[in-house]
Amino acid sequence: MSLQITQLLLSAQSADGRVRSAAEENLKQFQEQNLPHFLLSLSVELADDLKPPESRRLAGIILKNSLDAKDALRKADLTQQWVNVDASLKVQIKESLLLTLRSPVSEASQTASQVIAKVASIEIPRREWQDLIGRLLTNMTQPDTPATLRQATLETLGYVCEEISPQDLEQQEVNAVLTAVVQGMSGVQESYKVRLAAVRSLYNALDFAQTNFENEMERNYIMKIVCETAVSKESEIRQAAFECLVSIASMYYEILGPYMEALFSLTANAVKGDEESVALQAVEFWSSICDMEIQIQDEYDGDDVRSSDGYHNFIQRALSMLVPMLLETLLKQEEDQDQDDSIWNLSMAGGTCLGLVAKTVCDEILPLVMPFVEGNITKPDWRSREAATFAFGSILEGPSIEQLLPMVHAGLDFLLNAMNDQNSQVKDTTAWTLGRIFEILHSSNCEYQVVTPANLQRIVSVLLEGIRDAPNVAEKVCGAIYFLAQGYEDAESDSSILTPYLGQIISALLWTTDRTDVSNSKLRSSAYETLNEIVRCSQIPETTNMIAQLLSEIMNRLGRNVELQILTSEEKEKQSDLQALLCGVLQVIIQKLCTSDDTKLIFLQAADQLMALFLRVFACQSSTVHEEAMLAIGAFAYATGHEFVKYMPEFYKYLEMGLQNYEEYQVCSISVGVVGDICRAVDDKILPYCDGIMSNLLKNLSNAMLHRSVKAPLFSCFGDIALAIGENFEKYVPYVMPMLQGAAELCANLDDNDEEMLEYGNQLRRGIFEAYSGILQGFKTSKAELMMPFANHLLQFTEAVFRETNRDDAVTKAAVAVIGDLADTLGPSIKLLLKNANFHVHFLGECFSSEDDQLKETALWTQGMIGRVLAS
Amino acid sequence: MAPHELRRPFKRPAISDQQRRRDLALIRQTQQRSDSQNRARRLASSIFDLPSHSLPDACQADFPDIVDVGYAISLEQFPELEASSPTVRHLDFVQASKLKGSAARHWFARQLMLTEWMIDVPPNLDRDWYVFARPAGKRCFVVSSNGSTVSRLRNGSVLHHFPSSLPNGARTKEISAPSHVYCILDCIFHEPDQTYYVIDMVCWRGYSLYDCSAEFRFFWLNSKLSETGACNPPSTYHRYRFSVVPIYDCNPIGLHKAYTGGFVFVKDGLLFYNRHAHYQTGNTPLALVWKDELCSQYVLDTDSQGHVPAEQQVVLELQDDGKLITSDDPPIVFGCLEREIIQKSSLQAGNFLRLSVIDECVRIVDGKLELGDLKFVGKANRARAFADSYSKVFFQYTARHSPLQFQDLIASLDPNLDDNSESNDMEMID
Repeated sequence: MSLQITQLLLSAQSADGRVRSAAEENLKQFQEQNLPHFLLSLSVELADDLKPPESRRLAGIILKNSLDAKDALRKADLTQQWVNVDASLKVQIKESLLLTLRSPVSEASQTASQVIAKVASIEIPRREWQDLIGRLLTNMTQPDTPATLRQATLETLGYVCEEISPQDLEQQEVNAVLTAVVQGMSGVQESYKVRLAAVRSLYNALDFAQTNFENEMERNYIMKIVCETAVSKESEIRQAAFECLVSIASMYYEILGPYMEALFSLTANAVKGDEESVALQAVEFWSSICDMEIQIQDEYDGDDVRSSDGYHNFIQRALSMLVPMLLETLLKQEEDQDQDDSIWNLSMAGGTCLGLVAKTVCDEILPLVMPFVEGNITKPDWRSREAATFAFGSILEGPSIEQLLPMVHAGLDFLLNAMNDQNSQVKDTTAWTLGRIFEILHSSNCEYQVVTPANLQRIVSVLLEGIRDAPNVAEKVCGAIYFLAQGYEDAESDSSILTPYLGQIISALLWTTDRTDVSNSKLRSSAYETLNEIVRCSQIPETTNMIAQLLSEIMNRLGRNVELQILTSEEKEKQSDLQALLCGVLQVIIQKLCTSDDTKLIFLQAADQLMALFLRVFACQSSTVHEEAMLAIGAFAYATGHEFVKYMPEFYKYLEMGLQNYEEYQVCSISVGVVGDICRAVDDKILPYCDGIMSNLLKNLSNAMLHRSVKAPLFSCFGDIALAIGENFEKYVPYVMPMLQGAAELCANLDDNDEEMLEYGNQLRRGIFEAYSGILQGFKTSKAELMMPFANHLLQFTEAVFRETNRDDAVTKAAVAVIGDLADTLGPSIKLLLKNANFHVHFLGECFSSEDDQLKETALWTQGMIGRVLAS
Repeated sequence: MAPHELRRPFKRPAISDQQRRRDLALIRQTQQRSDSQNRARRLASSIFDLPSHSLPDACQADFPDIVDVGYAISLEQFPELEASSPTVRHLDFVQASKLKGSAARHWFARQLMLTEWMIDVPPNLDRDWYVFARPAGKRCFVVSSNGSTVSRLRNGSVLHHFPSSLPNGARTKEISAPSHVYCILDCIFHEPDQTYYVIDMVCWRGYSLYDCSAEFRFFWLNSKLSETGACNPPSTYHRYRFSVVPIYDCNPIGLHKAYTGGFVFVKDGLLFYNRHAHYQTGNTPLALVWKDELCSQYVLDTDSQGHVPAEQQVVLELQDDGKLITSDDPPIVFGCLEREIIQKSSLQAGNFLRLSVIDECVRIVDGKLELGDLKFVGKANRARAFADSYSKVFFQYTARHSPLQFQDLIASLDPNLDDNSESNDMEMID
């Protein structure tokens, strides 16, 4: 067998396709026939130093993939599969893995350490591999352990810490792990590789060191070792040590006080003189401190945060030294860094950190940065000009508008001129800075105006010239236009001073989408998204004609797109990407036109043609439906109302396809939402399609592979359908009610400690209530008695939700409404039930003391409905 | 971990709104689902037409806030209130909101509920009435809709056009409210502190309160207004502050508080509202105003120069046949103008005329005021949209001769405030 599997593993990597697929098939058969022995064989292969490295490598990979997967459901299956393996076989596999750590072939030992971590992630939380940590530590304490084993062991400890959570280990074990790791870091006789492995393990183990960091002596010791490691002679080790410091900054912010002086000089030296990879981490340390202080300020929300215990003011205290250090980094730009999005260097990190510092200390940043801006912005050297502009753009968020406005006023004209700088990077940063100015400081309703009727013309002409510049500059200009338009979104009057320029702006954006000198699709998508914002923020009716023209232009473009003869898969992808952008614009236009009755006519006139286009887009793909097109259909259905009925015969198959696409859950989710839109648009005219829709919805509910975020909307959708078709919903009652009851039970059993589960539970509860509400109101006039058998269960569920401490406002609203619906629909027949379930008195009392208008109104209505029943 | 992935967007923000489009679609769907469920629940109207008379005592104890026990009684007392259905008014408003210029002025001029002047003390003042101090200033309707707020004076003309924190009262970043979300508030604009004092709530978030008792409207007003931020100091999206006026039960304590209490606003008399009365456009005897020198600077009417004339002056509307009528519905005829004066001063039917009362000619017959001969002074101010009401003329007359005094009000209060048995008897007599 062992010879055979070696051969299979080698053949599975053969260059010959036939050999490869035959071997893969054989491996698969082996796996399916006898998984435990398959896994054992793989682990034996991995452990055997006499086997070729190639077969050992693949053995390790297959092992790893047999234990873990990205997809949560698959992962759960794999976990169960491993748990079911015979205990003695599992012991053998694990022994093999531990043995592999000793292999001199580093690839094998490294693979083994990852596989061990995967096994640990299953077993340690189940208290099943209790001696793992102890055995790994033995490797570290025995005097004669070879360096390769010490390295592999430290790596394993790191991976294990990454996989499990702190509560899975006893404090004693944590102490021992930390001791081993810290010794590995500091041992003078240790090899470079062992020390690197040790500091990387510490990074993963920091999360476990809560108790140790609370103890001053232990904390001092850990910090001392990390700081010493941060000046090791090997840069990779220094970088790893700084990564630890970054992590400590956010994990243990509150205890950093005594170390800040040392940490400042450590980071300052690294920023000034160390290799870029290390300097980047040193800057990141300060960014993390900013993140922490901003987060604490947010939590205090306006109260005097500086006097609170948890806030240490590190940034403000270091400000006078920190800011000059960051400004220095801005001058270390690379040539053409803006043309490549993958570049990340010291000047970018420094500017980003400067922006965070400004958000942290607000006005206090200005006197430290403005002299640098003023001193450098006119220098002949482009680096100085770019750095000055970047500094100015970076600090616009944080300081008060009153402080910033005079500076922006003084500098705006300069910036507009700088869009003609001979250096492209200066132009890029200038355009970005203009965008930031508009984003942060420009609003038409503001008392102080950055953009005035006097300077708007110049701004627009500079931007429209800039959009023809290099693609990276053009993209920043799109951003500036986006935020320029957004400033007029809340305009109080029916007229915007931007309107006279919109024609030019729209043409420039359309021209930009057609540029052929662009290597990636980012500029095109930025231009289309900017177009969307222009439409959203435009003032109807004065822009009606322009939007009508844009509608026909976009429809033409989509028409040409769906006509394309597509050959390659690459072309197909491009076509689909463009469809997404065009459908996005159409969706925004439809919504805009439907805000007034007059402009809605324009949409209605184009509706047939639009629908024909959407159907063509859907037809371009055979297996799935286009998400953006489906999103546009939702807006379309709402806008057309009853008329939508005539599109149903052709559209229905795509709706069904969308509902069936559980793999792309966003598509499925949007399709479910569209069902609701159609229900509200056509009411009971949806009836002929309901059997199909309902069976798809029910299938989706029972499909474990469907992302759970779609489950709650599925329930709400039952309510939409029931409300639309009224008594005709009767035939679905036997299917739907058990689902609702099952989901209600599930809600009670969700894990309270898991944030995500709490949120999911709330969504589910709301969905269940919305389903009941729709069904109850749908049956009210003719089939009320059908719901009688479920009244008691619904009241019990509502009471359980009432007592649930984690329920959110939306759930409360839906719950209080459903009691009213129950009383409204079932009337006197539930008088006794309501009398016995008097929690509603307290529930309504809670609602009345809420600050939410709609909730109070609903509660008042419900109170009236209950009152009517009790009085009957 | 690669922290720069997190930091990168600082200088290279990706403009991608797909998630935003999804989110906006979800918000729209949630809103529409809630709208259509509320339509099914008839939430807007059913609150206000619960058959309250059928509610037994046990239930009233459970739900004291909603059940308007006086509803049936007040309807029987004042059958004219039944005539106007909420839906008719609702449609009226939606249509009226599209009116512009003089048409809008004309419509809004007829929407305020106008108090009668208190000539004598109504029965059950302490049991059925509220009292509150009236802020001095311009009475107006404040309407918030479609992202802006408009205040209109009693004659329908626009006082201010401004953004406010009232629902749908400004175009702000929050999810813009659908057009059916609008509010109508009955206010007094108080110049000194530039504040709108809300004295009644007519519509809130599109839900009509016309056919709700004053008791309910005041409860709603007090619980709703402050929640919106409308009572906050002025800001960019909120040009004027709104405020409520303390409303008291009309017992000796409440009456004293309203009369002698110090308020942030300048007082101009006391308002009395019957707690069971609905909001009725035009003059109503269920809302009364009373003034004396202590609680108002404007007890006696002034002439067009702002002086209190030696003789009482009234403003009446001229009819085709020369008759001079009040603004009441139906109008009271207070005299007749001679044809030659009409011709000489080129007056037309519908003109509002200022006339002097000749004290010697005035008589009170069976409690009714008759003015006798009137002396023509001139045309009233062009801004006038109404003649004086009968009660105003009467109040002004008594104010000059034998005013209704505060002691009279106090004396009329039932000393056995909590004696319910007596109250019930009274109700049955009614």
